[in-house]
Amino acid sequence: MSDAEQNKPERSLAAKWTRRGFIGAGVLTGGALVIGVAVRTGNPIGKLKPIVAPGDGEALVNSWVKIDADNIVTAIVPHCEMGQGANSTIAQMLADEMDVSWDNVRVMDAPADGNYVSQHAARMFVGPGTLPDKPNAVGFMEPTYDGLFTQVAKLASAYITGGSSSVRATGQNGMRIAGAAAREMLVAAAAKEWGVPAGEITTADGVLTHGSSGKTATYASLAAAAAEQELPNAPRIKSVDEYKLMGTAAPRKDIPLKVDGSAMFGVDGGPAGENLRYAAVKAPPVVGSSVASIDASTAKGMGGVLQILNMGDFVAVVADSYWQAQQALNTIKTTYTETEIDDLDSEQMFANYAAALDEAGESGGSSKADYGDASDAFANAAKKVEAEYRVPFLAHATMEPMNCTAWVRDGKCDIWTGTQVPLMSRDGAAEGAGVSADNVTMHTVFLGGGFGRRLTPEYANQAARLAKATGYPIKMLWSREEDTAQDFYRPADISRFTGGLDENGKLVSWNNIHCTDDEPAEAPLVEFYDIPNVAIRGAEVEPPLRLGAWRSVAHSQHGFFVESFVDELAHEAGKDPVEFRRELLANSPRHLAVLNGAAKMADWGSELPEGHGRGIAIARSFGSIVAEVAEVDMTGDKPRVVKIYCCVDAGFAMNPDGLAAQMESGIVYGLTAALYDEITIKNGAVEQSNFHDYHMMRMDDAPEIAVQIINGAPDNLGGAGEPGLPPAAAAVTNAIFAANGQRIRELPIAKHFA
Amino acid sequence: MVKISVNGKAEDIDVDPAMPLLWAVREQLGMTGTKFGCGIAQCGACTMHLDGEPIRSCSTPISAAEGKEITTIEGIADPDGTLSKVQQAWISEQVPQCGYCQSGQIMSATALLRQTPRPTDEQINAYMSGNVCRCGMYGRIRKAIKVAAGLETATGADIAEEASA
Ligand code: FES
Ligand code: FES
Repeated sequence: MSDAEQNKPERSLAAKWTRRGFIGAGVLTGGALVIGVAVRTGNPIGKLKPIVAPGDGEALVNSWVKIDADNIVTAIVPHCEMGQGANSTIAQMLADEMDVSWDNVRVMDAPADGNYVSQHAARMFVGPGTLPDKPNAVGFMEPTYDGLFTQVAKLASAYITGGSSSVRATGQNGMRIAGAAAREMLVAAAAKEWGVPAGEITTADGVLTHGSSGKTATYASLAAAAAEQELPNAPRIKSVDEYKLMGTAAPRKDIPLKVDGSAMFGVDGGPAGENLRYAAVKAPPVVGSSVASIDASTAKGMGGVLQILNMGDFVAVVADSYWQAQQALNTIKTTYTETEIDDLDSEQMFANYAAALDEAGESGGSSKADYGDASDAFANAAKKVEAEYRVPFLAHATMEPMNCTAWVRDGKCDIWTGTQVPLMSRDGAAEGAGVSADNVTMHTVFLGGGFGRRLTPEYANQAARLAKATGYPIKMLWSREEDTAQDFYRPADISRFTGGLDENGKLVSWNNIHCTDDEPAEAPLVEFYDIPNVAIRGAEVEPPLRLGAWRSVAHSQHGFFVESFVDELAHEAGKDPVEFRRELLANSPRHLAVLNGAAKMADWGSELPEGHGRGIAIARSFGSIVAEVAEVDMTGDKPRVVKIYCCVDAGFAMNPDGLAAQMESGIVYGLTAALYDEITIKNGAVEQSNFHDYHMMRMDDAPEIAVQIINGAPDNLGGAGEPGLPPAAAAVTNAIFAANGQRIRELPIAKHFA
Repeated sequence: MVKISVNGKAEDIDVDPAMPLLWAVREQLGMTGTKFGCGIAQCGACTMHLDGEPIRSCSTPISAAEGKEITTIEGIADPDGTLSKVQQAWISEQVPQCGYCQSGQIMSATALLRQTPRPTDEQINAYMSGNVCRCGMYGRIRKAIKVAAGLETATGADIAEEASA
């Protein structure tokens, strides 16, 4: 029997709305119990409205659980795995609520098995929904929008796919409830079968036990009977003191696949047994231009070359191998249509940005926060401090360059691609292939890094167009050069501050203006600091590059701006940077605990070797609070980050090792940018091309990282993938200042040590 | 026709002898464990062993492998399927995030330990700095190498057991 047949529902599933959401249960052929939960996530706010189910205005978190005849429990997660381990953590939450041991839990990405849950069943549970059409929505790594964010899994032929993953949405609101419901139904089935009160039945390791009669049964043996039980209205989820697996370092389920080469990434996918052809592509280097002409005279005669295509918005070579395609593409001479930014370079762009800030002046621009009277307080301040900071554009540089394999035939299209937004990519592919979205099959693959880069559908669209144009199943792969030149970049920005201190060195006014349209909007805000007069404003600029969500999004620049300026103020106030922040955080106990935690880890204030310095920074992003202390060695010809001490409060660490790994990862990503990287523009185009000029942190310059976790709000989970990043840059520049008095106000740091 | 031997198996491959080994192995042999990251010997994602020595297969023509033994990530475990010490340590230290760089990391680490069975931190840093991990798992890679070398104990001994079970 095929998988598809085996997994067909035997009959329609029972389902009902409950207080918390929508629960359904049924039995699949072979006796597997399947339970699905679609949860209402509360009161959708304005920003969320456009992405939730039309009509009912609700966001849904979808979770599926299957109990097989062999007592294996499978968590079917509507998200893709790009390295953050969240799918495993979500399964951990399920296993804990269900009382099954981790060994007997499997994780499955929902899109992988479209036939697994029938269209009918999916329709019952999921209902219609759409993904945000906004490519720089924060997306996969982190829910935001006041914790309500979830990119809604959408019914797509037989597939449920979701672009957003989240321990705090899917895990907390979906999987845990699905697990608790499954457990209650199993207990009810056992109670009925044994004729004993449900309250006398205990569960552990996938087994039901009635103590006084000595009766036991596996979950699997009662799976079918459980599906007949009344669906619980509000399954009881565990309190923190009842957690067994939650809060433990359960090993990730995907890791064994990633040590023997068997994990399938987008670039590894494709139709079995088909004769794949390979495409190399190059898009115009300047935004807004298109291909005017190509001279492919050399390429034509090159080995393996099958087709050369001018697609208007890019040039492609299709060949028998990727290498041949790329070699041939490299020989093609292309001209492009003119644009208004053909003469633009980074220097001019920053001048334009500065002019926009000049024009906004002391009080212009759009207001992002305004309380007290910042101008008045500044005018009357005993000490006035001003500073301007700059950050460059940044590329994501995911380890796996963008790629997509597409096969278009008979009105259908199959897609293999690493994407954070499978539904948006599906729509992009459908458009490219000229088929309806229902006829596009998205195959699940691992993502070789996401970081916000894989939130756009254009590469799926490109591959589908090539497959359609050539008739071949096409594996299109971007060179690293193409990947660097055609990113959706972290915005470049200038941020200006004025701050006023009173005669006791207390911070009384904070006035900030910067250029970017912030996503999320909270990024530049400082309400956790006790500052009575605050004005934060934004000036509008026209970025010459495509912008996207880059790990931690606008927090990546504002973490640097805000914490640099706070540090400057501390020094102007003649106070120790930790002490100065402590005073400002008097009314923010969780922040204060995290700050103190990091300072303690680093033994703040203790003697350091000659030429070393320590710096601290703290940031709140995506519901988590992180403070970092950097120790920097300035004795060489350039700064060396020796150690990072990181203290994090993510509410509750469902998997402490996973949270620590995410901190380590976010810190290295942040340090890489802070120390080395900038995307610059010349003649309107990106100048960098590959790892020789867009530098990656490597083993020999990676600091030791220590992570300490505070579980400061067990019912209010924060994110993990991004919050480690925002404090990293300022911790280092503050440490450099502490070491030698050099204040770095423009990133990357390497610029100042050339 | 180029004759090569991959993980102990002789293969005849009908490609341009200038084609980098990476593409021949991935596309012609369908062994996709070895990854493409940069194409210019800058990232190490494509690391294979040629007669036991680590090479950047994106920048090594297949002709250079003629008559030599190529080992890829698919051939690094023991013939009976038992994961190598390095692979086991990668699991016990929960090294991979996205995992894309890890085939190359494991190939480099394996070669390092073959040459230097008890490496110092400096030796690890120097040897491994040709392999980029964009997910930034350097601390874990360093630790895992020491665990594989028997210099440190595994973080999750139970984890490694489970994986090899
Ligand atoms: S792909 Fe070969 S070193 Fe990067
Ligand atoms: S694990 Fe993602 S690049 Fe190393």
